Amino acid sequence: MSAAEPVEPARHVVTKRRFTRKQRRLVLIGAAGGVLCLAAGLVLFALRDTIVFFYGPTEIAEKGVTPGTRMRLGGLVEQGSVVRGPGQRIVFSITDSRTVMKVTYDGLLPDLFREGQGVVTEGVFQGGDQFRADSILAKHDETYMPREVADTLKKQGHWQPGDAGASAPQAKPAPQATQ
Amino acid sequence: MIVEIGHFALALALGVAVVQSVVPLWGVARHDRALAGVGSSAAIACFLLVALSFAALVVSYVRSDFSVENVAANSHSTQPLIYKLTSVWGNHEGSMLLWVLILTLFGALVALSRRSLPVRLRAGTLAAQGMVTVAFLAFTLLTSNPFRRVFPAPADGQDLNPILQDLGLAIHPPLLYVGYVGFSITYAFAVAALIDGRIDAVWARAVRPWTLLAWVFLTLGIAMGSYWAYYELGWGGWWFWDPVENASLMPWLAGTALIHSTVVMEKRDALKVWTILLAILTFSLSLLGTFIVRSGVLTSVHSFATDPARGLFILMILVFFVGGSLALFAWRAPLLRQGGLFAPVSREGALVVNNVFIATACATVFIGTLYPLVLEMVTGAKISVGPPFFNATFIPVLVPLLLVLPLGQSMAWKRGDLLGAAQRNAAAFGLALLVALATIAMTWGGPVLAPLGIGLGIFLVLGALFDLGERIVTRASGWSAVLSRAKGLPRSAWGTALAHAGVGLSVIGIAATAWSTEGIGVLKPGERLTSGRYTVVLESIQPRKGPNFTAEVARFQIFSGSRELAPVEAGKRIYTARAMPTTEAGIRTDGLSQAYIALGEPQGDGAIAVRLYDKPLILLIWIGAIVMSLGGALSLTDRRFRLAAPRRSATAQPVAVQPAE
Repeated sequence: MSAAEPVEPARHVVTKRRFTRKQRRLVLIGAAGGVLCLAAGLVLFALRDTIVFFYGPTEIAEKGVTPGTRMRLGGLVEQGSVVRGPGQRIVFSITDSRTVMKVTYDGLLPDLFREGQGVVTEGVFQGGDQFRADSILAKHDETYMPREVADTLKKQGHWQPGDAGASAPQAKPAPQATQ
Repeated sequence: MIVEIGHFALALALGVAVVQSVVPLWGVARHDRALAGVGSSAAIACFLLVALSFAALVVSYVRSDFSVENVAANSHSTQPLIYKLTSVWGNHEGSMLLWVLILTLFGALVALSRRSLPVRLRAGTLAAQGMVTVAFLAFTLLTSNPFRRVFPAPADGQDLNPILQDLGLAIHPPLLYVGYVGFSITYAFAVAALIDGRIDAVWARAVRPWTLLAWVFLTLGIAMGSYWAYYELGWGGWWFWDPVENASLMPWLAGTALIHSTVVMEKRDALKVWTILLAILTFSLSLLGTFIVRSGVLTSVHSFATDPARGLFILMILVFFVGGSLALFAWRAPLLRQGGLFAPVSREGALVVNNVFIATACATVFIGTLYPLVLEMVTGAKISVGPPFFNATFIPVLVPLLLVLPLGQSMAWKRGDLLGAAQRNAAAFGLALLVALATIAMTWGGPVLAPLGIGLGIFLVLGALFDLGERIVTRASGWSAVLSRAKGLPRSAWGTALAHAGVGLSVIGIAATAWSTEGIGVLKPGERLTSGRYTVVLESIQPRKGPNFTAEVARFQIFSGSRELAPVEAGKRIYTARAMPTTEAGIRTDGLSQAYIALGEPQGDGAIAVRLYDKPLILLIWIGAIVMSLGGALSLTDRRFRLAAPRRSATAQPVAVQPAE
């Protein structure tokens, strides 16, 4: 019970009332250190279990990601790949122009999901070229390219700076704010 | 013309800020009162110049002067006036100007405050504030000039990002900035104290109102931003543990610790060095937040337009002010006179517990936010640290603190009584436990931890109320006695109780999200969808035209059980200038709960995808935050901050009657 830690040594003091400045400080530092150690333990434990790696389609094959791994997958939504239905199911392909992953997703798409645009999805790698997404990250800005996606594309040699919309059909001049 | 005046005023403000940061210190060094006093007039002049500059930008937006690049990029002639106004800070350059405006406003307020500050403290504070102002004015002028002209002027602007065309933008950034930037003044006070080499209760009493003010606004700003994201983004979430959100949460946590530690310093003349450090760290975290938000080093759902050159500039500012103040701290802090001793079981001891836990919680958020950046630099691996991390670290650290909060609140200064505090809170704890058990029984098979969260929230609310009652109600006394005691109780005691009750309300709201449900369906007119307690029937889908958008609006009847609530509309808009779609969620408030409808894609055959959430008690999250800030505001009106001279009033602390030590 971590809550008791800083309080526990306290009762001691009331009964004795003979603590020197140094001892009191030690108690304080000990209690604070205890809380910090506890938090450090929690953090280390959580960092091992809860973080999610980001990969591009090509990296999945290169790094030999094991099926069943929870991860983020990013790239461009391939032109003409979006198939809707039945029901809420959506199947589409994410590409980095070298490798293609097939993504299955049940649910509503964010407003800015478009063919030819960058996208980041989170879900479970199923093996082969299959990915089961449970969330698709929405972005606030239509010209925004997720940084990871931009890096992935750069790595595959398909990126020109300022090419934020990539092959988006309605490519309009980027707002000045990005210049 | 007015644009050039604005630009010129901004450049002039930079010059004045340089004077403000140098001359007062020189005056102090030379023991020249007149020179030391220059800081005040410089701070006021600096504020007026930046205000003039800001007004010039506002005028350009209202007039839709598209020869100004910033206006052309972020406004449109068809935008309603309110959004033309809010566009001013709906972009990087304009929001930087607002940032600097608030920075100089705080400087001017310190200069104008009638509180009698020691000359050296006021001079040092204004000088430190001046240095921050110099850095950010230079940043704005050199990398983010909002007054740049474009030639030839475009016929029309590119419109404000549609997501931002909302009243939320009018309210959220100004509130947030007043909070964020307001901590600059506590930083300046800390630096001044270190330069001066003297800190005492006078310092604490001078700093505390500013800290409270910034904290109140930051609380409101974060809550408003959270509510805005909740209704605008259409995902039904209110907090995503996103780097940009964490960027505002970290200064809030540090600021919360700071308002508690300054109380100890003020009342007991202890925790001095720690309070100084905390004041420095709080603003450092604000600066870090500015860096995270504007440099784009971390991927966030709240994407700002970013630019590596700007990121580097802010990084340099960050390094200078954080590194400089910490170096000053390391050099001067050992010279500060040590504070008094105190017993661990006491009000001040409890406040130390508060500080330890909050600082630790803040550290976990810090690690979770920056770890991806460090890992990518070291190994090149890209990771994301999401809600699971923070649920596993932040919450376990904070929950024990909340559990002991009512105990600390009811403890006396100097020498507390743990058993007595436990007894005083036994009733509140018993009732809360009863509610938790009842909730478990009622929601058997549902989430396990949520009922305990509800119980914790109730404990906090009742603990705060009972503590107030304890102070006001005495045995065998009539209503008049209670009333007079209530009147005699310092406002800060009311404020504390209110703020802690607010925390409890928020905790209840957060715990209740465990019972929220989501239903997705494809509906044609006349069809229904149920989620949790709510059922909606799609009545019709109709096109509609707004000033700068076209919309498809779906109208729903909504039922809670057999009770019909007022109908609700949800829509999808296409903003014409950017051809960008947005979702307008339909929200029906039902008591403290909400039914939340978001539209998905039209399915072609007249049907549309619909998402319906049942959000039980969700409003409590933000009501709690508002109550917290009301508590802070009430403390701010406490008489000891209004009195010109620091004086210990007899009513301020009934428990301060000298015990022997």
